[in-house]
Amino acid sequence: MFKSVGKRVKKYDGEGLVTGRMTYVSDLTMPNMLICKTLRSPYHRAKLNKVDVSEALKVPGVYAIITKDDVPHNYFSMVPDHHVLAEELIRYKGQNIAAVAAISKEVALEAISKIKLDIEELPFVIDPVEACKPGAPKVRPEGNLHLFDGTSEVRKIRKGDVEKGFAEADYIVEGTYTTPSQEHAPLETSASLAYLDEAGKLVIHSKTQGLYFTQGDLANVYQLPLNKLKFVGGTIGGGFGGMNSIHTDHLAGLLTLKTGRPVKFHLTREEEMLYSTIRSPWIFKFKDGIKKDGTITARKVDILHDCGAYTELGLYAVEKNANMIAGAVKVENLEVNSRMVYTNKMPSGSMRGFGVNVGQFADQVQVDKLAHAVGMKPIEVRLKNSFKENDENHVGNPLVAVSSIETLKMVAEMAGEELAPEYANMSSK
Amino acid sequence: MSEILSFYLNGNPVEVLVKPEQTLLELLRDELGLTSPKCGCNHGDCGACTVILDGKAVKSCLVLAPTVKGKKVVTADGLCSGEKLHPIQQAFLDYGAPQCGYCTPGMVMAATAFLLENPKPTKEEIKEALSGNLCRCAGYEKYTEAVLAVSKGEFGLLPEGSDFNV
Repeated sequence: MFKSVGKRVKKYDGEGLVTGRMTYVSDLTMPNMLICKTLRSPYHRAKLNKVDVSEALKVPGVYAIITKDDVPHNYFSMVPDHHVLAEELIRYKGQNIAAVAAISKEVALEAISKIKLDIEELPFVIDPVEACKPGAPKVRPEGNLHLFDGTSEVRKIRKGDVEKGFAEADYIVEGTYTTPSQEHAPLETSASLAYLDEAGKLVIHSKTQGLYFTQGDLANVYQLPLNKLKFVGGTIGGGFGGMNSIHTDHLAGLLTLKTGRPVKFHLTREEEMLYSTIRSPWIFKFKDGIKKDGTITARKVDILHDCGAYTELGLYAVEKNANMIAGAVKVENLEVNSRMVYTNKMPSGSMRGFGVNVGQFADQVQVDKLAHAVGMKPIEVRLKNSFKENDENHVGNPLVAVSSIETLKMVAEMAGEELAPEYANMSSK
Repeated sequence: MSEILSFYLNGNPVEVLVKPEQTLLELLRDELGLTSPKCGCNHGDCGACTVILDGKAVKSCLVLAPTVKGKKVVTADGLCSGEKLHPIQQAFLDYGAPQCGYCTPGMVMAATAFLLENPKPTKEEIKEALSGNLCRCAGYEKYTEAVLAVSKGEFGLLPEGSDFNV
């Protein structure tokens, strides 16, 4: 009856994978290709006074060394506040300061060792709670807390009246949940190969997960029209969200524009682990009111997202999180307060459901606590407070094709959990 | 000083200029342009660079290239003859084991060398044998099932007397 459902479907590029004949970006090479290596900040936070590349340029085989002054527009990423090469205030350990293009990895590394930095280490802040305090070292000159719409430190969601909801509750249940940072660790580390084609167009073979997004972003950095910048995607050895951020494309392209030669930039495992974007840490504080019959009367959630040194995709994560954090339970009285703080760490990137699954972890553990408080089965509290067809979600969107009750009942059945008739007979309709 | 190194690569004699500090992985990828061994960590942790050296699976990033003088090196692309895949490769393909595929050539070599040593393994033994090969997409279960199927003869007999089976 079905051609594919329930059957094994052969991966269209499977032969290339099992024979190793598939070409990944890190496998690419070209005649006359130069190798890029970068000098990174040894400090979490520092004042960079001067970069002296004169001795490094004398190393035989070095074709170019670039610093911030060589970048046409030194800002990139979704919220374009990330410096391609460091400016005066260094914001995280491993931030790129200078990039070298040389005939080999060895020559590039030798040149890196001869770049002289006039740099002063400054006090830094790693902990997101410490970073919120007055007097904390400033990650950004404009302060550590992000201002939403340029005015508010808090991104708010308001529905009903939480104080009234708490007053109606028989129990108040509080909980604090934290999630750590997490590196994507793709088996193939970030890699780019850039070259100029016969027509003078800059071509970049990229590991990016967002080809056109990266193209637009870097056209701005290079100050090139889009018809002078071509991106080539392909098979990538894992992304997991990490390749939504630019790690190598920007510098490979800049060095190709500077030298006219193909340039490959391939991160080492250490660079990928220590300096690329990550799933950044979160702190969630819940306060819920619940009646003895299991009705949740109010929910207040205070959220702090540790964004790292630059915005990257942190703001996007905060927005997604704020919209989802109240969870799959219907609450009439809701208050959500999201804050995003900058710290001297690698920036917050996208990673597999970023912003959402971290919040759902906190929400689901909290709902179990609620069930414990009122002496109900955890699944019954979820059923009792479940959304139904045509309900409005927490931010006022109507819900259609709702099936959460049916899904929960199936979960109960699979887990061998007996439901009381009042729950077993529920429906989302 | 660089020297000329002779060894056998996928059954063919090779002569190549090698630097004393070069690893076998660098030699294969950078000098010989053979990219089926992948570089995931360059520290022997991930197994993506696994090749078969005189019948044993080794991590080529941990082998100094000059030490393979006169030896036989087999890589994943050397296992299949023409269009015909090696049973391990066919099993990985049929079981849908590769996802991004970057770990796959290393998995192929680790599994092949293991079955030469232990043709009738248990599932636990297979897991142990592949434990030095990381798959970030987490395809371990399918890789293990596929090796088990090969060991039960579901993909035909393993080629014998070939270059890696010394």
